[in-house]
Amino acid sequence: MTGNPIDWKKYLIVFLFTVGLFLSASYVSNYFGDKKIDQLKLIQDKISIDILSSETQFSLLSELSCKNISDSVLSGELGELGNKLEWGQQNLGMTDTVSYLKKYYSLLQIKDYLLTKKISERCKTKSAFILYFYTTAENCSECERQGFALSALRDKYPELRVYSFDYSIDLSAVKSMLQIYKIEDTKLPALVVDEDVLTGFHSVEELETRVKESFKLQETTLINTNPSKTIKNKIFLLNA
Amino acid sequence: MASISNIVFYVLTFLSVYVQVFFLITFLENRKKIITRNGTIKLAKYPKVTVIVPCWDEEKTIYKTVRSLLDLNYPKDKLKIFLVDDGSTDGTWNAILKFSKHPNVKIFHKENGGKYTALNLGLEHVETDFLGCLDADSIADPESLIRIMSYFEKDSDVMAVAPSIVALKSKNIIQGAQRAEYDMSVYIKKMLGLMGAIHVAPGPLTIFRKKVFDDLGPYRHAHNTEDMEIAYRMQKNHYKIEQCNDAYIYTNTPGTITKLFKQRLRWIYGFINNTIDYRNIIFRKKYGNFSLFTVPSSIISIFAVSFLFGKMAYGLSSFLFSKVIEFETVGLGFVSKTNFPDLFFVDTQSPFFIIIVLYFLIVFSIILGKKMTEGKWSFSFNTFYFFLIFSVIGPFWLLKAVYNTILSRKPAWR
Repeated sequence: MTGNPIDWKKYLIVFLFTVGLFLSASYVSNYFGDKKIDQLKLIQDKISIDILSSETQFSLLSELSCKNISDSVLSGELGELGNKLEWGQQNLGMTDTVSYLKKYYSLLQIKDYLLTKKISERCKTKSAFILYFYTTAENCSECERQGFALSALRDKYPELRVYSFDYSIDLSAVKSMLQIYKIEDTKLPALVVDEDVLTGFHSVEELETRVKESFKLQETTLINTNPSKTIKNKIFLLNA
Repeated sequence: MASISNIVFYVLTFLSVYVQVFFLITFLENRKKIITRNGTIKLAKYPKVTVIVPCWDEEKTIYKTVRSLLDLNYPKDKLKIFLVDDGSTDGTWNAILKFSKHPNVKIFHKENGGKYTALNLGLEHVETDFLGCLDADSIADPESLIRIMSYFEKDSDVMAVAPSIVALKSKNIIQGAQRAEYDMSVYIKKMLGLMGAIHVAPGPLTIFRKKVFDDLGPYRHAHNTEDMEIAYRMQKNHYKIEQCNDAYIYTNTPGTITKLFKQRLRWIYGFINNTIDYRNIIFRKKYGNFSLFTVPSSIISIFAVSFLFGKMAYGLSSFLFSKVIEFETVGLGFVSKTNFPDLFFVDTQSPFFIIIVLYFLIVFSIILGKKMTEGKWSFSFNTFYFFLIFSVIGPFWLLKAVYNTILSRKPAWR
């Protein structure tokens, strides 16, 4: 009838073993985290090359012809990168690398916007742009809803390009845009459609009307300037 | 807010993993001592044993229970069976009467007063040096008693020996889940036994030296978990409890969620309240591993299961909330085209791997328990049912038991 002596050494060994398991879990997690960051960097580099390439191509060919500007150079991977970055920010945490990647992404978006706009004006290709400003600094449920509406709209109209910018990002190029469009942090989400600034939530239907108008305007211009493309655009409008 | 939740998560999972690793290391230390015997064994001496069977409305199962006792591989003149009818309202008394002429059997009838009163009535009439109880919903394996008694023969310090309880049959997912859980319990009890830290002397055929009750007094009400209280009392008085992993008792398990819920609510309520009653022996070196490991780890498991459930429920509800917002905003017509499976979006944060490690350790303990009872390595689908039932419904009986404790409500037997 004696009490069991306590084996303190065992308690310690088990503790060290458990710590070992936790450190291993953290190591494996970091390994996969780094892999994901690498993947993001790779996509970003690819987009960067794409944009540089189309810029160069545009400069080379602008004087001659528009038909050689292929659609594929306008990077469709920006959307995918945006999704992955957003997920990364939530799940990997806002580390220095993620923050750097996000800045770089915002910059790529601005470059893509300027270039696509230039190409669209010069070559009269059909396109519409929405600049979207949101915040992650505070809980913004309207931003979440606006995000859903814009994703849905982008899926419906492939010619529509949506560029999203985090209001609180520390990047001078984004800050310049905020100044140009006089975006205030109290009025988020904010959208810029055809140079008009819209604040607060705007439904899919509302935005759809504006996008369609934007396309129609282009269509009239297109009929006047480039009759060969009219039929294609009409078919698109019917589909829409 | 998120960081507090993360800290709690890491602390609770660390402690949960610690407990599982502790069991695993205990197993590795003692693996040669753990034997699973096949066939009959012989003892040098066969001490007299009394088995008390308390019955309350058990007419369906009592016959098989008593029959299994009569069929035990133990000298007939050394075994006494007391059948105590605790004021049953069904045909239990008539079923018991059928055994009244049997030379080994003695029958008692009393007003209903609860299981502990039936046991104590039996205790008063015990004249043998060893005694045990067998719940009337359980069946003893023919070799169980002799294997249990071999532990007393081997070590004169052993004051009680608990058997391995195996779920009788699994007709549905709920019983399948319990089967896996009982397998795991065999392993855990064995490890606790090796550490001298068992906290329950279960109703199905735990055998005691009579000295335990002579010294420490009879069974108590103990919040309807008298088998737990007696173990606490024994640990407090440094009485050694062992676990005999190859003595099998087959028990009927609840077949519906409601019945399972009531049973577990009673167990957890009993655990919480017995622990409160014996709070003075927690974290006291002189009470050994029982005080430093068993009780704290059980308390941690209550917090861990509740917290992980809360975390899961929060995650699920915020996901659903986000889906509702999406639906409100864009309707069902817009299905995002980017929903193709992409490995990028697989969660690879530390908590994910820690949970995997924890689950792996639990699966391993179920497999080890199965090995100890069946003598072979195998993996059963019941393991999945176990995780499903015990992680989804388990938190509710835990929380209800805590709630009842706060309000001092006592749960019913069934």
